[in-house]
Amino acid sequence: MSHNSNLQDDIIRMSGVNPRKCMRCGKCSATCPAYDEMEYHPHQFVNMVENGDIEPLLKSESLYRCLSCFACIERCPRSVEPAKLVEAVRLAVIRQQGANRMKPEDVAAIADDETPQQLLVSAFRKYSK
Amino acid sequence: MKVSYFPGCTLKNKAKDLDAYAYKSAEALGVTLEEIENWQCCGGVFTTSKDEIATKLSSVRALKAANDKGQPLVSVCSACHNVIKQTNYAMQTDKDFAFKVNNYLKEDGPYNGETEVLHFLELLRDKIGFDTVKEKVVNSLKGKKIAAYYGCLLLRPGKVMRMDDPENPTIMEDLIKALGAEPVVFANRNECCGGYVSMESPALAAKKSNAVVENAKAKGADMIITACPLCRYNLVKNGADIPVVYFTELLAEALGVKEDNK
Repeated sequence: MSHNSNLQDDIIRMSGVNPRKCMRCGKCSATCPAYDEMEYHPHQFVNMVENGDIEPLLKSESLYRCLSCFACIERCPRSVEPAKLVEAVRLAVIRQQGANRMKPEDVAAIADDETPQQLLVSAFRKYSK
Repeated sequence: MKVSYFPGCTLKNKAKDLDAYAYKSAEALGVTLEEIENWQCCGGVFTTSKDEIATKLSSVRALKAANDKGQPLVSVCSACHNVIKQTNYAMQTDKDFAFKVNNYLKEDGPYNGETEVLHFLELLRDKIGFDTVKEKVVNSLKGKKIAAYYGCLLLRPGKVMRMDDPENPTIMEDLIKALGAEPVVFANRNECCGGYVSMESPALAAKKSNAVVENAKAKGADMIITACPLCRYNLVKNGADIPVVYFTELLAEALGVKEDNK
């Protein structure tokens, strides 16, 4: 396990989350609609950020499976708000030069005649800087 | 009554019904929606990171414009409402954020979250009143069994949105009752449709959307209503075999102003 304390501090500051409040009940992961698609589940994000074990998260597809549905934020009995950690780690990745996940030229292949603008702007906000 | 109105990008394009029926219905109920001048896209999703400033400025500009007119700011789209309300909450509660935003924007005077932010459903419930809506119904929807699909963005985070109980909401069911129809309560009504993940992982969105439709049908619904263009898109695209319509369309139909629109 690599300990990255600078990045850990950044993630905690960006998210405003205190991972030490977590009591390990797992309710965030139990309620996560993307659970089956995630390599690291919401409760693991909390634990790994607390331990400074950020590197595996930076490389994980799990960052792009979070639906921003706020279910884990709403249902956490300790108000840890795991989705804010997922978002901070994702931003730490896509803010890097050249790290945009989605590019305008990708859209034509995915969009159809009914695709709402809301879908495009939301996806770009989540996948690109 | 006049209120400021933020339509949002989708309501001027792929979700024109949501917008047009909101105007018609509001007019029938004695409310004028005054569109914010030069509004800009809300961005679709609120970025929770505290160091993210630029993506929240369009919401602050709209909020400030409404405040300058002394009006509440109303939106119909679940996503616009969520982004604007969360931004307003940040302006109220995060002094560091508000300082940076105000210093950057240099509007006429500071803005610190004074505007009342309302979803159109709240306008109906809290300003007009469902009793008044009921009195204005000319085409009762009696006999229809309608499932209200809330999704994520209308209700969560509950401490910010404060529209309703985030786990056991009643606002849309109460509207359905006011229009004469029978509300169908179902477990998945406040679970995610898959949202923007349908861009990258259509299979995940299909799974989530199908679960919503199947659950509504199992409870006897013959129609689903929503306030969110993306929820509607995901449900319809993934093969919903009962109608999925915007709540404003249902309202306009009951108020007898639907046919004026097309």
